[in-house]
Amino acid sequence: MPRCARPLLIAARGFAAALCGAIAAPAAAQSPPAELGRNLAATCANCHGTGGVSVGGTVSLAGSPKADLVARMQDFKAGRRTGTIMPQLAKGYTDPQIEALAAWFAAQKAPQ
Amino acid sequence: MKTMRRDFLKVSGAAALAAALPGCATTGSGSAGRVVVVGGGYGGATAAKYLRMWSNGSVDVTLVEPNPQFVSCPISNLVLGGSKTIADVTVSYDNLVRRHGVKLVKDTAVGVDPDKRTVTLASGQVLGFDRLILSPGIDFMYEQLKVLESADAQARVLHSWKAGPQTVALRRQLEAMPDGGVYAITIPVAPYRCPPGPYERACQVAWYFKQKKPKSKVLILDGNPDVTSKAGLFKKAWAEEYKGIVEYRPNHVLTDVDVRTLTAKFETADDVKADVLNVLPPQRAGTIARAAGVITANNRWCEVDFLTFESTKVKNVHVLGDAIQIAPAMPKSGHMANQHAKVCAAAVLELLAGRAASPTPVLTNTCYSFITDKDVVHVASVHQYDAEKKTMVAVQGAGGLSPAMNALEGTYAFAWAQNIWADALA
Repeated sequence: MPRCARPLLIAARGFAAALCGAIAAPAAAQSPPAELGRNLAATCANCHGTGGVSVGGTVSLAGSPKADLVARMQDFKAGRRTGTIMPQLAKGYTDPQIEALAAWFAAQKAPQ
Repeated sequence: MKTMRRDFLKVSGAAALAAALPGCATTGSGSAGRVVVVGGGYGGATAAKYLRMWSNGSVDVTLVEPNPQFVSCPISNLVLGGSKTIADVTVSYDNLVRRHGVKLVKDTAVGVDPDKRTVTLASGQVLGFDRLILSPGIDFMYEQLKVLESADAQARVLHSWKAGPQTVALRRQLEAMPDGGVYAITIPVAPYRCPPGPYERACQVAWYFKQKKPKSKVLILDGNPDVTSKAGLFKKAWAEEYKGIVEYRPNHVLTDVDVRTLTAKFETADDVKADVLNVLPPQRAGTIARAAGVITANNRWCEVDFLTFESTKVKNVHVLGDAIQIAPAMPKSGHMANQHAKVCAAAVLELLAGRAASPTPVLTNTCYSFITDKDVVHVASVHQYDAEKKTMVAVQGAGGLSPAMNALEGTYAFAWAQNIWADALA
């Protein structure tokens, strides 16, 4: 059951509870939880780098605390935080999707 | 899962894979499937990398691409303006091979047998696959512009709508044009690759003229009834930043070209003679899509299931990027192709493992257009899968435009380029 690999890694980092809570709500039964967060996070990689490790000019998301990422996205979504693209993009994600992608980024290693 | 891997061994040459992946400790001894990707642009390169990365190297990926290096269409209009060089928009394929273990074959795919699951290359080489991903980009419908079918005509009347030698050649034509000359660009009826691209190009040529050849003109001869993307922002730039340089003329559907005199002829408008004539011919999915039998819409584009990007017609063949029949409000862009590739890669890995693809794919689009060498405008959108309509739907209230051109987004646009090139190729 190789799907264990990522949840185990996440558990080791202490994010298991957060991830499970995030995923339980919207994810359709067919989609393995780890992949849902991973796939959603991949929509950010064009600007924020593969796995959330930016090569420059944008912030890296990898390794940021989940609560911080969720707060930033929700602030963009609600118009509490200004920006160029992000206030517009954040409005396109559901709250559970924001939880899932934030949990995935939080579980990644922060860039050196 | 172990049994499944063993089953795949029968079909997919484990020895070859093991030999190709000396550094990949997590692969084990077998392949979890063979995927051939045709086309190393924004879609294909991203798909190849993500398939290797997300399978921890267990899926065997061959990328077929005739060009020696990736040359980006986004940012290439700045090469025409003169603020960037072609080297600035060129990226090596080396990391896909060295870092990710993609098998790169420098060749052109010419045939697909979906029953035997083989791709035939121009060299005669035959590649077998469990899943085929076509990211063929666009080709031009010269049958509608027969005068441009010859290589000589194409060398004089350039499209420069595939970045590379044609980009450099168009820059040379602009440099050679005397001050006081006219650059004219003709735009086909939508859909075509990169909706705002022609208007950005007009801005970049105008920027060059404004610096170096201020008596020269840019004529935009649009086959569409209005500017197809970022209309207000572009029109403002032409009225203010490029006042007296750019002229926009809608409803100019090109019917013929006099290649010798560089005269463009239209359905219902007067002829236009230019000093540099840049014709964007009507477009369709790249030719290999036709050979694979996946062109299903208007004899031009490929309809796909947006959960997997598998062709609605041909099993086990997926199509990405500009070649697909888009859902409403989904532009043909490099950013979109990169996003298609990730949804497709995730789905292919699930399908190879005998599971269903995720039912909730999300796509975003972020598109920057350079008005000057530094000032940029953007359009952005988010697209969620609608299970009832079985298509991608743009989220209402999300996305939008820049309020005005600005230099901050110029820095973001270059950051976007560096990050997406790395996301696809590094």
